[in-house]
Amino acid sequence: MKEPLSTLSCHKHPAYFSVEGLHYGANGPYSFNCAANECLGIRGVTGVGKTLLLRVLADLDRHEGKILLSGKECSTYSAPDWRRHVALVPAESRWWYSTVGSHITAGEKEVDIGGLLAPLGFEKDVLDWDVKRLSSGEKQRLAVVRALVHTPSVLLLDETGSGLDHQSCLLLEGLVNAYQHEYNAAVLWVSHDDEQLERVAQRIMSLERNRLKITPGSRPIERVI
Amino acid sequence: MNVTLLSSGDLIFAAGLVLLLAMLSFRLKLGLGRQMVFAGIRMTVQLLLIGLVLQALFANSSLWLVVLISLVMLAAAGREVRSRLKRKIRGFFGFGVGVGSLFISSFSVTLLALLVILQQEPWYEPRYAIPFLGMLLGNTMTGVALATDRMTSLFYEQQEIIEQRLMLGETWKQAIADLRMDCMRTGMIPMINSMAAAGLVSLPGMMTGQILGGTPPVEAVKYQLLIMFLIAAGTGFGVICSIMMIERHLFDGRHRLCLHKLSKES
Repeated sequence: MKEPLSTLSCHKHPAYFSVEGLHYGANGPYSFNCAANECLGIRGVTGVGKTLLLRVLADLDRHEGKILLSGKECSTYSAPDWRRHVALVPAESRWWYSTVGSHITAGEKEVDIGGLLAPLGFEKDVLDWDVKRLSSGEKQRLAVVRALVHTPSVLLLDETGSGLDHQSCLLLEGLVNAYQHEYNAAVLWVSHDDEQLERVAQRIMSLERNRLKITPGSRPIERVI
Repeated sequence: MNVTLLSSGDLIFAAGLVLLLAMLSFRLKLGLGRQMVFAGIRMTVQLLLIGLVLQALFANSSLWLVVLISLVMLAAAGREVRSRLKRKIRGFFGFGVGVGSLFISSFSVTLLALLVILQQEPWYEPRYAIPFLGMLLGNTMTGVALATDRMTSLFYEQQEIIEQRLMLGETWKQAIADLRMDCMRTGMIPMINSMAAAGLVSLPGMMTGQILGGTPPVEAVKYQLLIMFLIAAGTGFGVICSIMMIERHLFDGRHRLCLHKLSKES
């Protein structure tokens, strides 16, 4: 990391994210947790419901069972509030304003956006770019920045980095890793790339339709609250 | 000034023009001939029937009959709104959104016009109440159908954008603010255009009818202005009302987009 992320803000979230008896559609029941400053990798065959799981965790789809953030249940938050705490970065991002900056400065908190852009190799002038000129790789990286400006306690990443070249992917992983440390955030990272999961995750969860298996990853757990 | 009464021969002559057009369509293989003939027959039957109904109604101005006819017109308009949607709203709500918004807009505006502006004795005088309601319903229905169709289609097409805005912590109202403006514009533009063109490009139907019936042009213009203002207000209220009903229906209490409430494209 060239620039410390401490310039972002002084907020720190003692996040602890857990799921108890979660059902959605034909999937579940699932129970698992992700500690603050932990990255939980999620893998599973195509169609098993990984994306749906992330959508459910962001409360975008109906579900039964409990999703808790620091012991408080999802339903006790207003839905927009919950999604600001539990941010989902989708596999393919969409952009609705004409410039990149209109999407990224839309948050309420004062955040040093340069501190998020620089580690990904972007200059600050990217904010003035027309979204039409963004490549799919740039969109994918900027979608992460778009979510991080809201300083979420939990970051849900769906195949983030899958379409990037190795170098850009490593930069992105570095940014997420730094954010995770800096903010004590819980990161749930869905990926088909086992090598990527080994690089980023402290534990890896293999998802099947009605059960899951959690194995330790190669990254050590540095601090768990 | 006397009205020239039309004979059956006059109407048959005019209908002959439509038949001629239908034949030309068959010959050029435009595929519209059959549709045109059926629409012409349907219109003739409907208008003859309403002519008879109105004649009976004017002879006996009963409030209950006026209410009954108004409700039949309202139900037909609600059904028409639903049938014009590419993606229909499932269940009774699909019918209810048309009926509800037309009831709130057309009925209330007509009632206001009858009670405050026209002040006939009795207030529900069918010669005024039914034509006013008919004109308002017809025009409001077009606006509501356009706005509703635009909204359900946009929600489908832009599902990912709406949901990604929700993912960033926006409320459902913030996430669809642009779409809502688009739908409002779609519903209102025909009315705004017809107001802009009235008198310059087109002579509106009601005014023309009154002039043909012998009313002095300036008096006919006053009625036309009245009805145009009422239609503009009715359409605006109707469109707002239908948009508000649909957006609330398609999001749940947790700000989730519920597209399963829409049917597949028809």
